[in-house]
Amino acid sequence: MAGKEKKGVKLDHISKIYNDPKTGKQFYAVNDVSLEIQPGSFVTLLGPSGCGKTTTLRMIAGFESPDEGEIYLGDQAINALTPNKRDTAMVFQSYALFPHYNVYDNVAYGLKLRKVPKAEMDERIAKILELVELTGMESRMTNQLSGGQQQRVALARAMVVEPSVLLFDEPLSNLDAKLRVSMRTEIRRIQQTLGITAVYVTHDQAEAMAISDQIIIMNKGVIAQMGTPEEIYHHPNSEFVADFIGEVNFLTGEVVKVKTKSCVIRIAGHDVKVENPDGFEVGQTCKVVLRPEAGILADEGALPCKVVLSCFMGAYQNYHVMVGDTLVKLADYCPVGRKVYQVGDTAYLSFREGCVHML
Amino acid sequence: MRTKQSAALERKKFFGDPVMVVTIGLLLVLLALFILYPLAMLLVDSVHVSQNQMLTLESVLSGQAEAPYEQEGKAVSVLDKKNNPLTVSLDELDGAYGYLFAKNGRVLAEGDEIDPANTYVKVKQEYWTADAFPRIFADYTFNTAFFNTLRLGFITSFGAVVVGLLFAYVDCYVNVRSRIVKKMFDVVSTLPVVSPPFVLSLSMILLFGRGGLITRKLLGIYDSDVYGMWGIAIVQVLTFFPVCYMMLKGLLKNIDPSMEEAARNMGASRWKVFTTVTLPLMLPGLGNAFLVTFIESVADFANPMMIGGSYDTLATTIYLRITGGSYDTTGAAAMAVVLLCITLVLFLIQKYYLEAKTAATLTGKASRARALIEDRSVRIPLTTICSVISAFVILMYIAIPFGALFKLWGRDYSLSLKWFQQLFRDDGFKAFTDSFVLSLIAAPITALLSMIISYLVVKKKFRGKGFIEFVSMLAMAVPGTVLGVGFIRGFAGGVFRTGFLQGIYGTGIILVIVFVVRSLPVGTRSGISALRQIDKSIEESAYDLGAGSAKVFTSVTLPLIKDSFLSGLVTTFVRSITAISAIILLVTPRYLLITCRINEFAEKGAYGVACAYATILIAIVYAAIVLMNLVIKYFGTSKKMRVKESD
Repeated sequence: MAGKEKKGVKLDHISKIYNDPKTGKQFYAVNDVSLEIQPGSFVTLLGPSGCGKTTTLRMIAGFESPDEGEIYLGDQAINALTPNKRDTAMVFQSYALFPHYNVYDNVAYGLKLRKVPKAEMDERIAKILELVELTGMESRMTNQLSGGQQQRVALARAMVVEPSVLLFDEPLSNLDAKLRVSMRTEIRRIQQTLGITAVYVTHDQAEAMAISDQIIIMNKGVIAQMGTPEEIYHHPNSEFVADFIGEVNFLTGEVVKVKTKSCVIRIAGHDVKVENPDGFEVGQTCKVVLRPEAGILADEGALPCKVVLSCFMGAYQNYHVMVGDTLVKLADYCPVGRKVYQVGDTAYLSFREGCVHML
Repeated sequence: MRTKQSAALERKKFFGDPVMVVTIGLLLVLLALFILYPLAMLLVDSVHVSQNQMLTLESVLSGQAEAPYEQEGKAVSVLDKKNNPLTVSLDELDGAYGYLFAKNGRVLAEGDEIDPANTYVKVKQEYWTADAFPRIFADYTFNTAFFNTLRLGFITSFGAVVVGLLFAYVDCYVNVRSRIVKKMFDVVSTLPVVSPPFVLSLSMILLFGRGGLITRKLLGIYDSDVYGMWGIAIVQVLTFFPVCYMMLKGLLKNIDPSMEEAARNMGASRWKVFTTVTLPLMLPGLGNAFLVTFIESVADFANPMMIGGSYDTLATTIYLRITGGSYDTTGAAAMAVVLLCITLVLFLIQKYYLEAKTAATLTGKASRARALIEDRSVRIPLTTICSVISAFVILMYIAIPFGALFKLWGRDYSLSLKWFQQLFRDDGFKAFTDSFVLSLIAAPITALLSMIISYLVVKKKFRGKGFIEFVSMLAMAVPGTVLGVGFIRGFAGGVFRTGFLQGIYGTGIILVIVFVVRSLPVGTRSGISALRQIDKSIEESAYDLGAGSAKVFTSVTLPLIKDSFLSGLVTTFVRSITAISAIILLVTPRYLLITCRINEFAEKGAYGVACAYATILIAIVYAAIVLMNLVIKYFGTSKKMRVKESD
């Protein structure tokens, strides 16, 4: 908001050790995580449950203390600060609205603690409620609101205190699928309007891609990959990342020829030309990362395959084909006017140019 | 792994919150001082002897007896002619005739002949010994009381569990058609909260005693004797079974009916289902209920006092020893320790073993409502038994106001207000004001303290948390009598007999403290269970928005557990105004308490006045509960909000 300097967040070799309640052994819930979040950017921590993303977020908020490393808010080291002394505001998975307050009092809570004068407080609350489209609901109790409205109250309550960083802990997971899509657009819009730094935790990859400037994929306490949604989707650096983001097929092959910009890979006895990201040598085994929409079935091509499933899905024709021993799932979008293969047909698979990636 | 930096950070964060640090510190001190310390003193007193003893000069001189004040070499404390204590080393004994005693206690004067075997020296003796325990077990009175207590505990708990199970089973399994009967069950299950401890004993005497309405008037029995073990047992069963009923009802509700339906489906009869499915599932729960009742029975003071006759239990024996001015202070302390050990062991088994087991066997929620038993051969006998018991209990409560209204129970059953008049002509009014005011002071203190303790225990991480939880629950296992003796020992001479805080002994303050200590576990337990149901992130979000611990507690936590706070308020008030066991040992003539007055009058056989007191007491308690329900209804956390939380 106006007049306030934006701050970024820096995690410097952060680790968190927990005791496993069953075995009593210690393990790293978060292991040596370093990252820098630019002021005003929207960063998502994405990963399966138990990957350490929520723990990382809670360490930024101050609910947990890191066992190693230091967290910075702007230039300030905040390790020893309690949550109430940190300039962060969190939106919780369960919204955590105060059930004994109405909408106005919920939103006013943080402002009252900051001793904001009444007139200014009213003005700020009116403004923020307008932004989340809840004007006129000030005197409603929270249990008289729908899930989406509660979510927006939680958002307003966090934003109205103008924190340096907004933290989101899977805020949309309690909403139904449709509302989730509209709310994530909403959150993105509001964040862009205010230009506030945001850290967002989710396990929903579609949500992460739709909302973020940067995605950080975490697995077993470590960062698996960091990048823009496009980078992560098209150039995953590991099977885990490729598999976690979207549908994917892995085709194992052997590099038989390397040229300057492409190479030839032998998959199931057939040679295929693939654009070459650098670093592969002749004789090396590799994995071709093939997204379902990046494969084309035709009557001729490089890789012969057998159709084992053909299914009309509306937006696309869904195929399962066998390439050698490997099952490959394909999606042929807008199939109208093209040949539709049936189960038992033999077809040829080729890759859309520039759309496959090698590991 | 490398050093845990988080521990240091957490500590830093913890000490960055001075309000919480001070609160926890204060709590630790209070709990230690008013719960642990009195019990510790009791323990010390039972194994530590400190007394004046007359030793023969011979034994002192020959070194057979230890003389005190080692630092001055061998020396004894003796008295001079004016009875002032004087410490003199043994070397000086030769010429110091003035503080030596003859056998008959006469102080020897100069010139008297000294015969070392018949001359005595007064010595202050201090030593540690566990002698007191074998000594009290050899003591006939104590020995009898000990086994009496255990026997009574078994009979009562067994009876209470059986009756409680019967009620719970009928409530959960049998289709009770009559709404009046259902209502009656509700009344009976809430009565123990409302009832002062000895009301049932009182009406037992009125109905079945020598001049009893039923025994003498209706049945014409003139030598009926309700006093004794069976009298206590019946009264205790009726007092404690509602607790078992509530506990077992909760368990039965959690048994999935499809399990029993499966057994029925495979060909088991209803009785077979009960013995092979329902009962085994309930077993830990039954054990739990048994132990809880056992503790209550063993700790019960008022009923054995009133209706026990010559059947003494540990609680009454200790009371009589203390008030009877026994010289064997070590012995009395040892008895209290024995009583404490019994309840403590049971409490530990119950809390740490059975409670976990109960939770483990019955975790599931019933998947759907149970098809109630309609079968007449089951329904009618079970419902009848329960109705009869309920009617009996209700009858006993009705007897009390009539006891106060009849001119002379047993002789003249015409109505009059003379007992009430006598009550107020006496110092009845003062008794009510004293009890009322002291309980009223204790109530908010306890309610607030227990909410703070629950908040800290459920929502905060800090060292000493286990201690706070354990000690505040511990008071549940300490019989009132034991606590009373502990307070006498602990505070009569000030803390550690230094005179510090001696001022509170014999005042209203100590009574209020006892009220607080006695009600703390109940309030804390209800606070803890209320808080466990509140989403942790609600408090976290307040914390995150900038509120410190104290602010979070007052602005978020407390409003959310308002109901629990209010019920803690009233429960404490009710428990305090009806308390007797610990209080009766500590009360001084400056304060008249209703319960002690009732006990006094009942002892004297003045049942009319006792009933008049009890009637007004019940009325006060009932009014307090009605008021609480009204307040909760109109100002408590709204129903809608609670529904929301359980989503």
